[in-house]
Amino acid sequence: MSPKPSIIHVLRPGLFTTVQDLGRLGYQRFGVSVSGAMDPWALTVGNRLLGNPDHAAGLELTLQGPELLFEHRLSIAVTGADLSPTRDGVALPMWTVVTMPAGSRLQFGTRRQGTRAYLTIAGGIEAPLLLESRSTHVQSGLGGLAGRPLKKNDTLAGGGLSGRCCEGRTLAQSSRPQYLTSPTLRVIPGPQVGRFTEAALHLLAMSPYRVTSESDRMGYRLEGAELPHRGPADIISEAVSAGSIQVPPNRQPILLMADCQPTGGYTKLATMIRADRSLAAQLGPGDSLSFVVISAKEASALFRSLHAELERLLPPQGP
Amino acid sequence: MYAPPRFVLLSECALTVEFGDEITLRTNELVLACSASIDQAALPGVVDVVPTYRSTTVYFDPLRTDTTTLTGQIQALVTQNIHTLLRPATTHTIPVWYGGAAGPDLLEVAELAGLTPADAAGLHASVTYRVYMLGFSPGFPYLGTVPERIATPRLPTPRKQVAAGSVGIAGTQTGIYPQTSPGGWRIIGRTPIRLFSLHRPQPFLLAPGDFVRFVPIDEDEFGRLSMEPA
Repeated sequence: MSPKPSIIHVLRPGLFTTVQDLGRLGYQRFGVSVSGAMDPWALTVGNRLLGNPDHAAGLELTLQGPELLFEHRLSIAVTGADLSPTRDGVALPMWTVVTMPAGSRLQFGTRRQGTRAYLTIAGGIEAPLLLESRSTHVQSGLGGLAGRPLKKNDTLAGGGLSGRCCEGRTLAQSSRPQYLTSPTLRVIPGPQVGRFTEAALHLLAMSPYRVTSESDRMGYRLEGAELPHRGPADIISEAVSAGSIQVPPNRQPILLMADCQPTGGYTKLATMIRADRSLAAQLGPGDSLSFVVISAKEASALFRSLHAELERLLPPQGP
Repeated sequence: MYAPPRFVLLSECALTVEFGDEITLRTNELVLACSASIDQAALPGVVDVVPTYRSTTVYFDPLRTDTTTLTGQIQALVTQNIHTLLRPATTHTIPVWYGGAAGPDLLEVAELAGLTPADAAGLHASVTYRVYMLGFSPGFPYLGTVPERIATPRLPTPRKQVAAGSVGIAGTQTGIYPQTSPGGWRIIGRTPIRLFSLHRPQPFLLAPGDFVRFVPIDEDEFGRLSMEPA
């Protein structure tokens, strides 16, 4: 089966729409951020529904989706946040493969649940593979469309990767995530837990935090109970990762997310587990969250069971 | 001999191996040797290795390995003669236009040191620096060690925009911004050399363990060198 290229015109770009895949691993030692989908689970579900390989790129939509004109007939799926997708004015089902006929328009409306939606298309969004990934990292101007979010009059090409598609294929209702506006996220003790007072980890777990407006793909500045250090808040710069909870001298935590720098020099009190990254990705400014501390062993088990569930629901089909 | 490394979990998918608590040549060499040995061993499930000043972080796929297995494998590696794995260091000569529009903070750095701007620049260029690590942005080197006299703390408020090629000081560290980005280091000059370019077979000019020598140039020379292809 030879994939046919397909053209999509960007009539309106949406608030912050970027090309993302599962990220750019392997170059952190050169200062390159991993980036990739904030909610990798939602992107992967979209790709698997369409029969795409897991590494296919999709669009990550933030709060307000774009308006897109499909020049050619194309199968798509919208997953993640419910931003009220419509096709030529008619509501589209989420987490389901639907066909966009030639000349049809995809639009988004009210945000019903979550913050970030994923538009996946049969064969994936085309973008140059840079350092083995198509992900956009805006801070370094790398990946996607010239390293930037979509803008009006951009043209997207799709369908380069072969995939086997089935109209109507859907993720069972019972398996669709519920994105809460005040979730409890699980953490394990961080690498510098000993540089905080004994109370700090309890305080983190006992008190709710608010996601401030200084929150983006790099990380969320949180506001809540102060987390006291024993000594200085600075350490010799070392690796940090998505999920790291850094506490700078102002004692308010920063939850690092997909676009975080590969290294950092603040003490890290805890690390959010990977299985809860999707829940965190769906938070926006004003939402609140709580933390609960679990063991690293439990965190690994949760990661494995999340993976097993995905394999059971939607086995990979791509080449 | 050296103390055995300390293993700390960065996450359930990342293990940090610490070789010391301070920035020294010896510790950083151990970090790079250990990282090279992990690369070479191609341990199953390892997806990224990130050496920094005093530790290396090993990212792994929890479906393919676990912390106990990895810790054992790394402990076995570091007891071997891993220093032979260190690749030969390259010394890079980097031309820098100090002061003027290129180095808005040179005057203050010089004043704080009780030096003329030219002498402060000369002092900065008098040392061969080691690339301890890369981080912050693609190709950004953390270089040491800046002569104590001109070691100046970061700006109280970071700049929203620092020009690509800017050379900065933060305490006894010095570094080069490969791209235009926000930044809080004291900017004393600028290089026309591209530290990161995807149009080259080797996108990154510098690697951890390399050495850097800065050579002062003037504005005209900067202009000429800027015209040359990356």
